[in-house]
Amino acid sequence: MSNQEKHWEKSRGLLMITLAIWFVFSIGIFLFGAEMNEVTGPFGYPWTYWFTCQGSLGAFVILIFWFANRQEKIDEEFGFSEREDE
Amino acid sequence: MKSTNFIDNLPKVYGIYTGGFIGFIILMAIAEQMGMTAKAIGIAFVAFTVFIYALIGWLSRTAQADAYYVAGRQVPTVFNGMATAADWMSGASFVAMAGGIYFKGYGYMALLVGWTGGYVLVASLLAPYLRKFGCYTVPDFIGTRYGGNLARFSAVVVLTVASFTYVTAQINATGTIASVALDIPFQYAVYIGLISILLCSMLGGMRGVTWTQVAQYIVLIIAYLLPVFWISNKIGAGFFPHFMLADEVARIGELEAQFGFVKNSAADLATVPKGLAGITKAHSAVNATPWAFISLALAMMMGTASLPHVMMRYFTTPSVKAARKSVGWSLFFIFLLYSSAPMLATLSKLSLLDPNLSTGIIGKSITDVQAIDWYQNWNAANLMFVSDFNGNGTVELNEFFMGGKAVVLATPEIAGLPYVISGLVAAGGMAAAMSTADGLILAIANAISHDVYYKIIDPKAETAKRLVVARVLLVVIGFAGATIAAMEIQGILGSVIWAFDFAMSGLFFPLVLGVWWKRANRQGAIAGMLGGLAAGTWYLVWVRTGGSGFLGITQLTFGIFGSAVSLVAMVVVSLMTQEPDKATQKMVDEVRVPSGKTILGKQ
Repeated sequence: MSNQEKHWEKSRGLLMITLAIWFVFSIGIFLFGAEMNEVTGPFGYPWTYWFTCQGSLGAFVILIFWFANRQEKIDEEFGFSEREDE
Repeated sequence: MKSTNFIDNLPKVYGIYTGGFIGFIILMAIAEQMGMTAKAIGIAFVAFTVFIYALIGWLSRTAQADAYYVAGRQVPTVFNGMATAADWMSGASFVAMAGGIYFKGYGYMALLVGWTGGYVLVASLLAPYLRKFGCYTVPDFIGTRYGGNLARFSAVVVLTVASFTYVTAQINATGTIASVALDIPFQYAVYIGLISILLCSMLGGMRGVTWTQVAQYIVLIIAYLLPVFWISNKIGAGFFPHFMLADEVARIGELEAQFGFVKNSAADLATVPKGLAGITKAHSAVNATPWAFISLALAMMMGTASLPHVMMRYFTTPSVKAARKSVGWSLFFIFLLYSSAPMLATLSKLSLLDPNLSTGIIGKSITDVQAIDWYQNWNAANLMFVSDFNGNGTVELNEFFMGGKAVVLATPEIAGLPYVISGLVAAGGMAAAMSTADGLILAIANAISHDVYYKIIDPKAETAKRLVVARVLLVVIGFAGATIAAMEIQGILGSVIWAFDFAMSGLFFPLVLGVWWKRANRQGAIAGMLGGLAAGTWYLVWVRTGGSGFLGITQLTFGIFGSAVSLVAMVVVSLMTQEPDKATQKMVDEVRVPSGKTILGKQ
């Protein structure tokens, strides 16, 4: 397997993990919205309500930065990161 | 050169700008105390901010294609994040979102999740790869990846349908705000709004739009957050509302139980002015089925990843790495406003409902409520209404009606904040609507001038001529949008949601599979774009004309059906026809790594 194929395989792996986490916060928890809303969550808000106001939104912000850093590491590992003068 | 110096100085430039704007707010507050009228303050706010944007637009004028189409590809990540946030957050987000949450609660909040979650798809599936491609427009990517004028043209069609649906709503919103703030009829205010919009984009193209959008973001975020924090402190709900409103949310639940949701008779409702609504849904309860919530969120997420005016913002970053980070910053700046909207809805509702607060009106006598100053003002503006249906002399929960816009526009006044805050809110709403309209008009004009005129009709055209065509189109599309907006045929929010559905129907899979599936070919992409758009449009028309729909897909989520058809058509047709040639496959490999030259190079 060539260097580039390995790079792409690893990138694809990262994509799958990212999309799995995305799925949990955008779809997964809302499958059980009614049940979870009975429980008191962070800062005293009902759980599901809190996720729609802040929780999921904040999770997406963190997820994107985490993804960007991981992908940068993968690019560096296989020597595909950009040079500064490009 | 001027430009590199300018980039280095950006934090300083916008720091001074922010300081100057805060100084202007303080100046207005002092003027208010000295007797400046509310109307004069409103005019001053809108006129001052629009003048600044126009000045930035003029300073950013350019005669280079690279600067006009992609701002010279040198916008730093954080600033591009701010510009994207302004590009993204429309008049609807600013003026209507808190109102939607106020009235519809959980079911509506699917939009919050959808309009943020979509950025994960943008960051991981598309933006960095399209940046590596080095295209000027989204159809530029489709046209080069799949080859051929028909593929390119199909992408332009989808882009135009989606963006144009969206832009009329934005011009409508600028017109509404200009007409209220400047006190002129809506039909004229629409064109004043349009001219303000064109001043930002005409001379500098993407470069002008970028630097005005950063300025507009600063105005709109101050205008949104300041009242939320102020009201929260004023009514003693907590100095940092986002972390401290749990008791208030619980209190609203208590009050709802105490007052009860009484259903009004059709005859009573007929007396309520059009466009106003009562509180009929619990504030924090789960009031939608999982599928209703998830399907709306999903449609908005996939729509986000297909809307060209967002995607093209990531063409302006200096590198692929910067494009990824920039998506994170965009969402962070969006998060600041979106996470505040539910807080504003909570504060607004509590202020009006709670009999323990001086502003609460439920349970008060109807003649007392009708005598309140702010009630009279907003009643006159057709945004508030009470009526004693049961004849007991007091206002009940089901006897109080409000327009969605009033949550953002009227709450500062209800809570007793000085008028200067209302002027600030008007300037913020104007900034939000203008920045989105600019992004959209530019996306359409650029696609037609670059992809249809330059790439298809006259590939030998010189830069000067191309930019003239681009600017003429900008004006033509702007006026077409304003003319339709002046007819006032559709509401602001409905048409915004349709735009997402149109975009995802036609563009989501052709874009994503262009990067992630090498086997995708021209025939498949064309089938996917046109088939998806046609299927989505058909479903919308069918449901609008009395069709029952299926699988719980409504006129707000028709993109789910459209994109499913698009995916199937694209995969089936691609597999039935020849695989893409060696050169195309090599191009896809190139796109997948950040290093090396961009595919298209300088155009």
